[in-house]
Amino acid sequence: MEPILFILKILPFLLKGVKITLIVSFISFAIGFVLGIMAGIARLSDNRLIYSLSSTYVEIIRGTPLLVQILFIYFGLPRLGINLDPLTAGIVALSINSGAYQAEIVRAGIQSIPRGQVEAALSLGMKEWQVFRYVILPQAVRNMVPALVNELVTLIKDSSLVSVIGVAELTRRGEYVVAWSFRPFETYLAVALIYFIICFTSSKISRYLEERFAIPGMMRRGSRWL
Amino acid sequence: MALIEVIDLKKRYGDLEVLKGIDFHVEKGERIVIMGPSGSGKTTLLKCIVRLVEPTSGKIFFDGIEVTDPDVDIVEIRRRIGFVFQSFNLFPHLKVIDNIALPLRVVKGMRREEAYSRALAILKGIGLEDKAYNYPLQLSGGQQQRVAIARALAMDPDVMLLDEPTSALDPELVGEVLELLEDIARKGMTMVIVTHEVDFAEDIADRVIIIDEGVIVEEGTPEEVFYHPRKERTRRFLRRILRKRLHAKAP
Repeated sequence: MEPILFILKILPFLLKGVKITLIVSFISFAIGFVLGIMAGIARLSDNRLIYSLSSTYVEIIRGTPLLVQILFIYFGLPRLGINLDPLTAGIVALSINSGAYQAEIVRAGIQSIPRGQVEAALSLGMKEWQVFRYVILPQAVRNMVPALVNELVTLIKDSSLVSVIGVAELTRRGEYVVAWSFRPFETYLAVALIYFIICFTSSKISRYLEERFAIPGMMRRGSRWL
Repeated sequence: MALIEVIDLKKRYGDLEVLKGIDFHVEKGERIVIMGPSGSGKTTLLKCIVRLVEPTSGKIFFDGIEVTDPDVDIVEIRRRIGFVFQSFNLFPHLKVIDNIALPLRVVKGMRREEAYSRALAILKGIGLEDKAYNYPLQLSGGQQQRVAIARALAMDPDVMLLDEPTSALDPELVGEVLELLEDIARKGMTMVIVTHEVDFAEDIADRVIIIDEGVIVEEGTPEEVFYHPRKERTRRFLRRILRKRLHAKAP
């Protein structure tokens, strides 16, 4: 019983960290979504410059470790006169990182719409922006939901990395508890469990959203395909 | 003046020349059926007329306007030409009625109520008003294609281009689509139809054009083309599709 009592005792302290973890994750995800939409569409542009800029962004972020990106933004940027507090630096790093991954999700989502849909819309006399707004986007977003939620779950877990620059989120608070209690077993078990509950709930919500907004008659995830 | 005039149209994809100089014209009120083996360039030809495919060279005129002019307002031209696809291409995320009402609203600028009542009237006309609030993928292929035809028709086009409208359908669903097309033809719509349905072509066409390997090999009335073909290539093609038809009719 004693370990459980210990976990219950440290729980209020950890839950304050959950609040920071959620704030950091959701804000970063939202900013990342805006970046992702822009970079994702830019990756499909005929314009060489726009295409190269977005591709460079995506490749650099995907080709370097998130931990290094966080350290660079917090410890490196002051050299250029950009001083950010830990929380801001953490959100900036995670947003830029998530934006690159979301760009690929957006690109794939748009490319998943059959060419016939675009042709039909154009043949009816729609302008290109109308084709995008009324035909491509509503279908693409539905296709993107599972991948976007997957990205959100990844982001929630990755947000633990901002503990290294001193953001007092869930993992960091776990480290504080270990420092004064010397009980890493119970503490990190509790921390892991909390992450699991957050991520598992997000996945379930995603599954619900997918079914709620599925296109009637179209094959759904989990339905048989053979 | 012809409604559509195609002059020396060529289209090449890399080394592959799909259209090797096509000339033809469509008069107002005329029904033209285009036939030919698969891969002969029929679809490409239709798509070039509304620039869903960019021609490599040649000229196309619609109602005296040069469609192939790079500065032409192609959106305006597409509004006046209805296009029906082999694979229907209804918008699966929109209800049947919205498939018809959306272009009326965003392209024709109709108010919501006006667009909906017009869409509903059109659906009544094709006997599918009870499916108005279903989604396209909940309909049979034949019903989907009828909605697609209705969607094009609702825009009040000057001409309709139909690219193998029954090829993707189960045999028992072909009839309902052909009946609708005959109905539209009777009302005087100018139509260019790519199809393999010989009986239908014979009933409906003012002129039949046979395309093979990117060129027109035969052109004339259904009587001339089907019963007195001049070219060996036409005979070979007709034998092939007629044999296929005999097989389909066998029990």
